[in-house]
Amino acid sequence: MDNLESIQKHIRNYIMVFGALAILTVITVGASYLQVGVVSAIVIAVIIATIKGSLVASIFMHLLSEKKFVYILLGVTALLFLVLMFVTLFTVNDQVGIHVS
Amino acid sequence: MQIPYTVEPRPDTGLHNAKIGIWLFLASEVMLFGGLFSAYVLLRTGSIVWPEGSSILSVPIGTFNTMALIASSVTMVLSWAALKMNDLSKFKMYMFFTYFLGLVFLIVKVVFEYLPKFEHHLYPSESTFLAIYFTLTGLHALHVLVGVIVNIYFWGPGSKMWETEPERFTNRVEVAGLYWHFVDLVWIFLFPVLYLL
Repeated sequence: MDNLESIQKHIRNYIMVFGALAILTVITVGASYLQVGVVSAIVIAVIIATIKGSLVASIFMHLLSEKKFVYILLGVTALLFLVLMFVTLFTVNDQVGIHVS
Repeated sequence: MQIPYTVEPRPDTGLHNAKIGIWLFLASEVMLFGGLFSAYVLLRTGSIVWPEGSSILSVPIGTFNTMALIASSVTMVLSWAALKMNDLSKFKMYMFFTYFLGLVFLIVKVVFEYLPKFEHHLYPSESTFLAIYFTLTGLHALHVLVGVIVNIYFWGPGSKMWETEPERFTNRVEVAGLYWHFVDLVWIFLFPVLYLL
């Protein structure tokens, strides 16, 4: 992607992504005023944030056209990240703070 | 000693060394923020009552700062594209806007968010929500500050490398950009989680 024409095409993409991110931010704020339950609000917010994050990662960080090494590294990172997020599920049966007489 | 593979890609990974380095660093950053997000989930699900973020934090200020960081992310990538088109003056202009918007983010955060909270005696010790709020946003703000310093360096004295090693300088800006976009990415998740839910 080093030739001038290719770079200019990328610049157009960057501007479009910026517009999309700005619109999605407004949608995120607007959606927070909807009278929905906590779980639905969390799902909506996380979905929009994931779309925004994917745009930043794929276009601004050029992850759409990266080398295999980066994908492997990020794959391992994503797996460990999920472990971190779900490791707290083990606290479901936690008895701390529960007084048994 | 000459640092190897600053411009040409390593034959085994297909990447120059700085890029491998930044991706490894960003992987560790994912785990750092991931651990704190996990702590947030645990604290929130484990608490009997949890305040709505918008009742404590200002959504308009948070939205403004989100827009500032998004705009700085696009100027960052445009500064790199300017170097790819051999236009140093455009690079400097876009890089100026990048660190300027980063500074705007930090000033708004401190002057319009942190200081009013402290004036109302809303410290991290006040509640679990404020504790995780200050921890997450404080760590993020620290990352923004580091990014601003790095970007000012590349805008100023660091740009001298353009005269002698333009390709290596372009790679450095790309790597700084990857860090900056990551900081933006973290805020994209922090904003709804803390301010809107």
